[in-house]
Amino acid sequence: MKKTSNVKVAGFGGQGVMMFGQVLAYSATKDELFGLWFPSYGPETRGGTANCSVIVSDKQINSPVFKNADHLVAFNLPSLEKFRTKVEKDGLILYNGSLIKDDVKEDNILCIGVPVNDIANDLGNVRVANMVMMGAYLELTKLFSDETIEAIIKKFLGERKADLLDINMKAIEKGKAFIKDLGVNYA
Amino acid sequence: MAKVLMKGNEAIALAAIKGGVDAFYGYPITPQNEVPEYLSKHLLANGKVFLQAESEVAAINMVYGAAGAGKRVMTSSSSPGIALKQEGISYIAAAELPCVIVSVMRGGPGLGGIQPSQADYYQATRGGGNGDYQLIVYAPESIQETIDIMKESFDIADYYRNPVMVLVDGLIGQMMESVDFDKPVKERFLPEKDWATNGTMNHPGKRNIANSLQIDPKALEQHNIHLQEKYNTVKKNEVRYELINFDDPEYVIVAYGTMARICRSAIELLEKEGISVGMIRPISLFPYPKEAFAKIPDKAKGILTCELSQGQMLDDVLIANNGKHKVGFFGRSGGMLPDPEEIVEAIKNFNERVVK
Repeated sequence: MKKTSNVKVAGFGGQGVMMFGQVLAYSATKDELFGLWFPSYGPETRGGTANCSVIVSDKQINSPVFKNADHLVAFNLPSLEKFRTKVEKDGLILYNGSLIKDDVKEDNILCIGVPVNDIANDLGNVRVANMVMMGAYLELTKLFSDETIEAIIKKFLGERKADLLDINMKAIEKGKAFIKDLGVNYA
Repeated sequence: MAKVLMKGNEAIALAAIKGGVDAFYGYPITPQNEVPEYLSKHLLANGKVFLQAESEVAAINMVYGAAGAGKRVMTSSSSPGIALKQEGISYIAAAELPCVIVSVMRGGPGLGGIQPSQADYYQATRGGGNGDYQLIVYAPESIQETIDIMKESFDIADYYRNPVMVLVDGLIGQMMESVDFDKPVKERFLPEKDWATNGTMNHPGKRNIANSLQIDPKALEQHNIHLQEKYNTVKKNEVRYELINFDDPEYVIVAYGTMARICRSAIELLEKEGISVGMIRPISLFPYPKEAFAKIPDKAKGILTCELSQGQMLDDVLIANNGKHKVGFFGRSGGMLPDPEEIVEAIKNFNERVVK
């Protein structure tokens, strides 16, 4: 793992963008790394994009603000357009292939579209699209183990939604399988 | 306890509970709303007081009353809300009552915006209230440091019988970080609150009065001299700062809070380019760490003050520097946050930044 990962997660409100980011920060904390998460709030969220920044690091985190992300996870086209030029060299752009049909290309950046809505629909619940993306993200970055992620998602769902753990974990598995089938390596 | 991931505002609230808060009085305002939200759940459940007042003015006067009764009291707000509380804050300082005021700064002036800012440095250290009074002001840079200071702040307020302000920006309030709540707090000997207006059954034969009115000018001057003596003790004993990368720096940055963390990353980037930059990070804003400036090497090329404002702490830097080095300024305001690269550029073009 690279020592510090700066991650930008963006999409429409309701696509699970904030949860995606928080799962990473909670996982970092669980694994005794340093995690930092902050949401865009206020007027910048109007007009359809919600975004959050996450930093996962094995050392004390300095600036909470970064110019370029190492990884961009974009759940819709406006988010991709907004942040695609703010990704580091050798970085990663993961985007929602169900909503973004064009082939995305940036120099020296690995760009992969994952049809997360379609995969989630096949599983029977489009709301787990974010966890399909999580599976793809983890397969590429190898940031956290399945065990860590499962513990965090369990915590997120709480007792009230405990029955949704299964479909969330299946979504992660499908996301991972999608990347494996592509045969792409990143980490 | 293992580390937990927690939002800054909620961490402030939990740290206040760990610090022994008995009562919270406040009025909602973004970006600090999770402080009262968290306390509303957890204070009432533990038999303590949580009250959402009808206004900021009411809230701070409730703080005044409960502090007078000898309880551990706090309020929290954000820039325009803190402005409304200034009258009460001056009264509390005058009556020498302890309390903790959390100020989560947003862009101003006026109603301003809701994004992070440090434009209330004057408000915190110079006061918007009337008279010769001072708050003890701490400006932590991370959620961890905010927790550690919050836990200690009630002791400090009690010890000096003075309001303590914990000053953070909206980013610290809104972000989440991995934190540990179990770091030990410095122990202080705290005398009995024999001044508390908590009924004569607690102090038979003695009538305690909490008051800020002194009609006799002679007595009022004596009171002012007494307050200044107290503030001088605070200046002697409570200065806090951190020196970063201070091994023969070419330039020195002075920054606090979130800005200091952004500058930490800038310093690392500059190091890679062979430019050695140190930092003075004030943690206490009153008392201001003037003595740290004596440690800047004579041959340093200059001091860059970085703030999320148009230049307020800059005044204290100029006073502490006393004309010794060139002083420059870099600031963003209105809720805009610079990235570390902007600070790197400011250091590289230091001469364009010089103000004195």
